Amino acid sequence: MSWTQTLEKLDRRWIFLVLALLVMGPLLFPLALPLSPSPPVHGFVQAIDKIPDGSTVLMSCDYDPASKPELVPMTRTALRQLWGKHCRIVVTVLWDGGPGLVDNVLREVAAEYPGGKTYGVDYVNLGYKEGREDVMVLMGKGIANAFPRDYRGNDTRSLPLMANVRDYSSFPLLVNISAGYPGTKEWVQQVQGRYHLPMVSGCTAVSAPEYYPYLQSGQLLGLLGGMAGAAEYEKARGEKGAATRGMDAQSMAHVLVAVMIVLGNVVQRSRRQAEGA
Amino acid sequence: MSLHPTHDAGIWVGALLSLCIFSFLYKDNPFYKFAEHLFVGVSAGYFIALRFWTVIVPNLWEPLLKATAGQGVDAAHHGMFAAEQGDYRGWLILPGLLGLLLFTRFVGRLSWVSRWSLALIIGVYAGLKTTGFAQGDFVAQVQASLQPLWVRGHPWEGVNAIIFTVGLLTSLLFFYYSREHKGTLGAVSRVGILFLMVSFGAGYGYTVMSRVSLLIGRFQYLLDDWLGLR
Repeated sequence: MSWTQTLEKLDRRWIFLVLALLVMGPLLFPLALPLSPSPPVHGFVQAIDKIPDGSTVLMSCDYDPASKPELVPMTRTALRQLWGKHCRIVVTVLWDGGPGLVDNVLREVAAEYPGGKTYGVDYVNLGYKEGREDVMVLMGKGIANAFPRDYRGNDTRSLPLMANVRDYSSFPLLVNISAGYPGTKEWVQQVQGRYHLPMVSGCTAVSAPEYYPYLQSGQLLGLLGGMAGAAEYEKARGEKGAATRGMDAQSMAHVLVAVMIVLGNVVQRSRRQAEGA
Repeated sequence: MSLHPTHDAGIWVGALLSLCIFSFLYKDNPFYKFAEHLFVGVSAGYFIALRFWTVIVPNLWEPLLKATAGQGVDAAHHGMFAAEQGDYRGWLILPGLLGLLLFTRFVGRLSWVSRWSLALIIGVYAGLKTTGFAQGDFVAQVQASLQPLWVRGHPWEGVNAIIFTVGLLTSLLFFYYSREHKGTLGAVSRVGILFLMVSFGAGYGYTVMSRVSLLIGRFQYLLDDWLGLR
């Protein structure tokens, strides 16, 4: 039996095993492969840097635990950058599986500051609201109309931070962390296009190619694509978080996939040649 | 490097369930089935409870209760039906009724009534999507596609714009099916295929990255949070 025939009959579980080892190895013994922030990531950082200190920013975390490895690291870094500028943050979640996860991230990052960030003053979590694009449009008529109660059960209008928040005109920037639908595409269509609210996006890698046209057209000021985008963002901010730690494993897995694609083509070609003969 | 397993029971449950799911990679087994069924059941319960407490109660039930007492968002206005923008009071009965009508789908002879609510939902979404697409996608993207092919002092921007324009036009012509793809149109559409293949390749690469990220996230959970390997 030739080596191509051996490969053709290879049990796929061997590939799973090799992938698991390639991912686990760099997590235990980091390779510290080089990483440098790309222009879309610089755009994300600069868009936040340019807003006035102490602004109130809208941050929509539209994801659930399935996207945690890609989106939570960039959420953490974005919160740190915003709070580093003493911004106040209004958080919404348009994915039903997300509010608990996002609330944990908010509590965790808020606790990093001396004395902590105060809920209702420095940030609010308005939580989840069913309705997708409807909610986005409704928020344009008044944020508290769309979210009468926050995630923690408070009357939204009674929170000090919400006293000066009416609608989209209250925010200089929208930071959207998106896992798909509803997410960046819908915010661009319903809010950026309609209310001309400047916007940046952090998204899962699988949806990044769909959002690059918005970056090229200037509708998005910056874009973080998946774990690589999150790792570049951490690098640009001088942090070393979960995304940076995961990138070595990511690179090794990509090498394996590339090798498998090449081998698959070689096997396919040899099979065709054998069939032709 | 040494082991420091967590004492958090929640993380133990999460880790063991993750291993149950991973076991499917070897072959289908009762541990995988158990984790799968548990996930489906817990998810269903969670979503029902979440939607009840975050949608029905604050948006419908509580405002209706206040409205029956003649109160609403604006304390200066009294009256069950004294509605204004963002303060709909007793009129919320209407969306509440439309929501209830959706449940007539479970009653064979009355199931057609649910179409009224569905018609409203579809109409609203079609309107929102159409205007949103026109404003956010169509006009803005066409506008952004018109790029100067020569930028004084920035030759690479010009090269980039030329590649972009060639890719855009040839890809569009590939989808022009009113003439057979022969001759000039055939050659141009083959160039379009090249650009499309590059975009599919980029899309595939990003998809791989996304899926591998999930695996990395799970391994980080198992190695760091559960086993405490450091």
